[in-house]
Order: sequence, then structure tokens, then C-alpha cells
Amino acid sequence: MRDQRSKPGLFSGLANPTRFLSLSGRVLPFMTGITLLLFAFGLYLCFSTEADYQQGDTVRIMYVHVPAAWLSMMCYMVMAVAALGTLVWRHPLADVAHKAAAPIGAAFTFLALLTGSLWGKPMWGAWWVWDARLTSVFILFLMYLGIIALNRAVDDPGRAARLASILILVGVVNIPIIKFSVDWWNTLHQPASVMRLDGPAIDPEFLRPLAVMALAYTFAFFTMHLVAMRNEIFRRRVAAMRKVAANRAGRKAAVQPVKEGR
Amino acid sequence: MDHAFFVFSSYGASALVFCALVLWLMLDGRARKRELAALEKSGARRRSDHNAKDGP
Repeated sequence: MRDQRSKPGLFSGLANPTRFLSLSGRVLPFMTGITLLLFAFGLYLCFSTEADYQQGDTVRIMYVHVPAAWLSMMCYMVMAVAALGTLVWRHPLADVAHKAAAPIGAAFTFLALLTGSLWGKPMWGAWWVWDARLTSVFILFLMYLGIIALNRAVDDPGRAARLASILILVGVVNIPIIKFSVDWWNTLHQPASVMRLDGPAIDPEFLRPLAVMALAYTFAFFTMHLVAMRNEIFRRRVAAMRKVAANRAGRKAAVQPVKEGR
Repeated sequence: MDHAFFVFSSYGASALVFCALVLWLMLDGRARKRELAALEKSGARRRSDHNAKDGP
């Protein structure tokens, strides 16, 4: 595996952090540009399209609420794949990937809860209700916080990654619960209106800004995830170099008396 | 409170969280790169360099 002369595939080639850093460094400017363009276009659509005949202007909250909720779940699935990468394939980049994604996922989940609350007050008359959808997303938020805490509580990065991976994979059970909570239980939250087997049940007037914003959020997530992964690799390099420096200093101190004796 | 309050609070909060994330990522990256540069300047190496030299 350490033999770099044999040609590795793309996936195993990325196991070399230096290769990942140079590749991600080249991709990042384009991804940032696409994200900004999508946000500019998406925000224009958000405020130039019509208001709903029942909900009025509050329908515009959907364009930031729904993408945040989707991304909170997608981020978790990305972390679940990375957790498999840690446990099954022992891919070095997988450890970095799920650790770096957790804070971003927590931020998206927080946004989904907050904007949902700001939409719930005018439409339902309540900031919060303990219905199945809201509660399961709140549990997702707690899962993210737990994963971040676990990663920080264990000093050895390899051990932290394995423990966090197990927690992530156990938590995956929550994702279908979130998705189907609106069908399985009586919830105040509405059932799915975009991701349906019989096609979206939402007017194109609202679907267009929603789709562009969802794409913008997706690009924003992957861009930020790449940056967070790069930062994590740098953090590990600093730690590794400090360790080597400390070991060398220790060795030098141990051989010092011998040298003096000569 | 009218509807505009809820709409603009949602967009404002989203913008704030996004800005906080981006700022954190940029500051974190900059601090780590500064640490790396300082370590490299002081002659520190990584274990992989060490292995390449003294490995079996």
C-alpha cells in the first residue's frame, strides 16, 4: 500500500493526503464560484417569485428552510459513508471526512430548526411542537453535537475516528425515521411535497427557487466540507510534526550525558 | 409581528450562520497554515519523512 510507484485508483489515490490537498486546492476556486453564482440566482428567484395565496410572503421561508433540512440529512449520509470508509476500508481520508463534516451538518440542522420555528409561529401559531418530524430532527441535532464532542474527547485521532464511526452508523437509523415520520405518525408538519413517487405536488412557481437554492446549499456544503477537510489535514500534520519534534528532543536529552562524557 | 419579520429573520439567521461557518473555516485554515510554516521553519519534520529515511 505504501508503494506509490504502482498506479492507484482515484479512491485509493486520495489516501495520500498530499495528493488530496493538491487536487482539492485546484477544485476549490471553481466550487466557490459556482456556489456564489447559484446563491445570487437563487436569492433573486426567492424574492422575485410570487407569494402563496394562503401563506403570503412566509412561503419564502421555505426556500431557506427546506434546503437546510435536506442538507442536514445528506451531510449525515455523507458521514455514514465516511464512517464505513473508516471501519471497513480504513481509508485515511474517511476519518478526516466525517470529523470535518460534523460541525457543518450541525449548522445546517440548527438552521432547519430555527427557520422552521420562524415559519411555524406565523403559520401554526407555535414556535415549537413536539411532533414526530420536529422531534426526530432535534435528535439529529443532538447526534451531531454528540459526534463532535466524542471526536474532541478522545486524543488519539485514529481511536476517535473509530468510536465516532460506530456512533454515526448507529445514528443512521434516525434518517429514515425523519424522512417517514410525517407518514408514520400524525404530525403538524406537512408530508413530503417535492420528493414524492408521483412527482412534486408543488407549483413550479415555488419549485424553481427551491430547486436553485437546494443546489446552492449542496454546493456550499461540499465546498465548506472540502475546506474543513483540508484544515483537519493541516491540524494533523501540525500534531504529527510536534510529536516528532518532541520525540527528537527527548532522544537528544537522553544521549546528551554520553556525548558530554566523550 | 407581520410576515415580513419572520421572512427576514429566517434569511438573516441563515446568512449569519453561513458567514460564521465561512469565517471559522478561513480563520482555522489560516491559523493551521501559520503553525505549519513555523514548524517547518524550525526544522520539524513529519513521521513520514522520518520513516523514509530511517525505515526498514
